[in-house]
Amino acid sequence: MKALDHSATALYDIPGPKTERRHKLYGLLSTLAVLALAGWILYLLFDTDQFTHTKWMPFEYKGIQELLLRGLGNTLKAFALAAVLSLVLGTVLAVGRLSDHRPVRWIATLFVEFFRAMPVLVMIFFIYVALKVEPLPALVTGLALYNGSVLAEVFRSGINSVERGQREAAYALGMRKTQVMAHVLVPQAVRAMLPAIISQLVVALKDTSLGYLITYEEFLHAGKLIASNLDYDLPFIPVVMVISPIYIGMCMLLSWFAQWVAKRQRRNPKTEAADVAPAEPGTLLPGVQ
Amino acid sequence: MNVLTDNFSTYWKGFLGTVELTVYASVLALVLGFVMASFRVAPVGSFRAFGTAWVTVLRNTPLTLLFFAVLLGLPRFGLVLPFTVFAVLALGCYTSAFICEALRSGINTVPRGQGEAARSLGMTFSQTLAHVILPQAFRSVIPPVGSTLIALAKNSAIAGAFSVTELLGTYKTLSELGYNIIWTFVWIALGYLVITLAISALFNILEKRWGVAR
Repeated sequence: MKALDHSATALYDIPGPKTERRHKLYGLLSTLAVLALAGWILYLLFDTDQFTHTKWMPFEYKGIQELLLRGLGNTLKAFALAAVLSLVLGTVLAVGRLSDHRPVRWIATLFVEFFRAMPVLVMIFFIYVALKVEPLPALVTGLALYNGSVLAEVFRSGINSVERGQREAAYALGMRKTQVMAHVLVPQAVRAMLPAIISQLVVALKDTSLGYLITYEEFLHAGKLIASNLDYDLPFIPVVMVISPIYIGMCMLLSWFAQWVAKRQRRNPKTEAADVAPAEPGTLLPGVQ
Repeated sequence: MNVLTDNFSTYWKGFLGTVELTVYASVLALVLGFVMASFRVAPVGSFRAFGTAWVTVLRNTPLTLLFFAVLLGLPRFGLVLPFTVFAVLALGCYTSAFICEALRSGINTVPRGQGEAARSLGMTFSQTLAHVILPQAFRSVIPPVGSTLIALAKNSAIAGAFSVTELLGTYKTLSELGYNIIWTFVWIALGYLVITLAISALFNILEKRWGVAR
């Protein structure tokens, strides 16, 4: 074991030679167990004829490749729209929650708490079924309402986590509230909030797949179309094997980007004034994801 | 307005379906999350790698895709189980990744001296974990675990769209019967609020009992 592992945890010491051998044995046994599991799954896949040519044939056709690409494009379109709108809504709501006027604060708080407490899918279905909106605007509105409300909390806690002295000094110089916000608090808070904002965008990207449930023609929807095709012997498993890595890969890239930004921020003296945690616990109804 | 009184049994069945899904999936998520968290802090490298892979993949999987793969994919695989069981599996595995991360950050909040003291008394890794670290970690993870389980309850709505009996799924039956769709959704929304508020109240009580002031 490296010294790094040791410093990372309070749970164990640097192992001696005997323990080292024992750990290697455990490592070997667990690796074998995982390999056996993988082998069993592979056997099941072959046993149920998942690798027959017919089932993989659809991916050779240009039309089907284009269908998948169109689906991917629609997913990214919904994501881009939802991201921009939730950032805008989040800003508006955060300004409302930080307002000096009590009614404005109340309305913003009520709005944020309600939309954080509702399942996103219920909102999307409500907009789609009850208000009879087209799938794309329904999906984007639902995502923007939910993620905007969560982001509003991130923004608020970001502004509040800037050291008090910064604000006090700015007021002491005779700045007005707007000036304090725009010139002192927001620039410091935004840098510190960036990782939390990007992590929330990962949630928005993941949730674009909810569009599948209201027949928005996104990536998963394209997959479903191919999977339920009788001509190719219902290639469900091949479709899952093709679209999952792409979906998971996109989300992972964005997550890694968030982690990379966070790591850079930790070394940046400019963000030391504020330290923003993801907007999880704290209020009446926490619950992000 | 009378959509609730006329169809109380439909709503009630959906409500119970959501509660059932939430409870079973929570249990699965807590157990799996605990196992994965102990993997992630284990001294054996391959355990840590497995735990990390589990968390990274599941946290970056859209839940709808997971439901799609499990509910529609697995049966083609020759595995046929009731839809509710599949839904519990998907929800539980997905949430376990978030529970694992909450537990792990809880373990990291326990001061290192605690583990060192336990080891100096001659405790093994599992004894240190079980008797010294986890009891303290549990107390500090009550709020994040609570919010994760609230998220699980909300996510269970997706199961309804995959035709598992559950609260959101009731809208379909009722709209086919010609009831006012807006009131239907108001009652569905209230049902979810009741469930999430109940979880949040439960965890507030737990936190008052066992939580640590930080």
